[in-house]
Amino acid sequence: MTELLGNYVPIAIFIGIALVIGLALLIAPFAVAYKAPDSEKLSAYECGFNAFDDARMKFDIRFYLVSILFIIFDLEVAFLFPWAVSFSDVGWIGFWSMMAFLGVLTIGFIYEWKKGALEWE
Amino acid sequence: MEGFLTDYVWPGLIMVGQSLLLLVALLIFIAYILYADRKVWAAVQMRRGPNVVGPWGLFQSFADLLKFVFKEPVIPAGADKAVFLLAPLVSVTLALATWAVVPLSAGWVIADINVGILYIFAISSLEVYGIIMGGWASNSKYPFLGALRSAAQMVSYEVSIGFVIVAVLLGVGSLNLTDIVMAQSDGIGTRLGLPNTFLDWHWLSLFPLFIIFFISALAETNRPPFDLPEAESELVAGFMVEYGSTPYMMFMLGEYAAICLMCALTTILFLGGWLPPADIAVLNWIPGIFWFVLKASMVFFMFAMVKAFVPRYRYDQLMRLGWKVFLPLSLGMLVIVAFFLKLTGWAP
Repeated sequence: MTELLGNYVPIAIFIGIALVIGLALLIAPFAVAYKAPDSEKLSAYECGFNAFDDARMKFDIRFYLVSILFIIFDLEVAFLFPWAVSFSDVGWIGFWSMMAFLGVLTIGFIYEWKKGALEWE
Repeated sequence: MEGFLTDYVWPGLIMVGQSLLLLVALLIFIAYILYADRKVWAAVQMRRGPNVVGPWGLFQSFADLLKFVFKEPVIPAGADKAVFLLAPLVSVTLALATWAVVPLSAGWVIADINVGILYIFAISSLEVYGIIMGGWASNSKYPFLGALRSAAQMVSYEVSIGFVIVAVLLGVGSLNLTDIVMAQSDGIGTRLGLPNTFLDWHWLSLFPLFIIFFISALAETNRPPFDLPEAESELVAGFMVEYGSTPYMMFMLGEYAAICLMCALTTILFLGGWLPPADIAVLNWIPGIFWFVLKASMVFFMFAMVKAFVPRYRYDQLMRLGWKVFLPLSLGMLVIVAFFLKLTGWAP
């Protein structure tokens, strides 16, 4: 328990100090800078026009596809980490079972590729 | 009371002191990295670059900081104010937080945790939230498009970075960053009977992965030639359009802190961390921190040169490179490395 605390308390302190530095920078201009807001200054930028419609519009489905693909592959990487660390202990059985797992994912990847999920035109 | 003071208060104060020291050193280093970036870029284009503030313009970054602080902070009327201000804070805090586990020399680390590389991987995955929040909260079209592009780009290249890291770990057998550096004290060179030299480092034994990691690091940190989220000519400045004053500067600071981290990570994973280029007299008398900073600066010089002379990619090319080239290549290399280590029994 003390060892765990000794390892992770410095990280918490470090993040805390980083947060304080960030906050100080964020607040500084609100405290010292000259402010003269008007309605033109506060409107959203759109090449000099007034905004035509709401900015939160429909977007391309491919961004969604990419994020789904990312979840699959990032999970795969998460599975690989413990395997890589204990690589010498798992023997050939461990090696081939991971290869079977990667093989299944590769089949899925080839399917996505053939279906055109990775195409951007 | 006596035990409380010696057990908790003094170690706590030492931790605070160490953290402050590293953060201040890092921020000053970032200020000069920014200056170096501009100077290299200017030199390639036969310009002078910043040269007015201080001797050779050395104080330019600090003058910029003052200018940003005295600029009027504007929050657009249509923006979600809390999220709008939270976004730069998230991006700068997370970018600095990763440095807590980076060993600058033998034992010179804030927290020598046993899952160091996993911590870096986790925190740098979160950095995309700063960008998404900034783009969404601005309630303006360009930031929104820029944030979408940026998120898709960062997650795409994170996958190949993950595979490269796993391939390095296979030959190390530990997630601790100090262990990763020490594993490079023997390798190809020592197997040939030489003393420990730069031939032992992972850049040679895992050569294609070194290149994949470097290019993915460029894409991950939105550096040119992959700076599509900012793409001045089409998206004005991407997710930062509505930002000004220090919130804008914090995005830049976060970006450069992430770039410095990628340089440090390249040094640790592939260039032997703080190990001297050859373990012989004179060279190994120099403290490790010197070699670490020198190597990280060399990697940054490569980043700056790429920015200066590689034209920007198109977005479809960028995604094709990430998913159709780097992903199969890094996955294939991972399988080859694993099979080779198993066959020779060299896995630790």
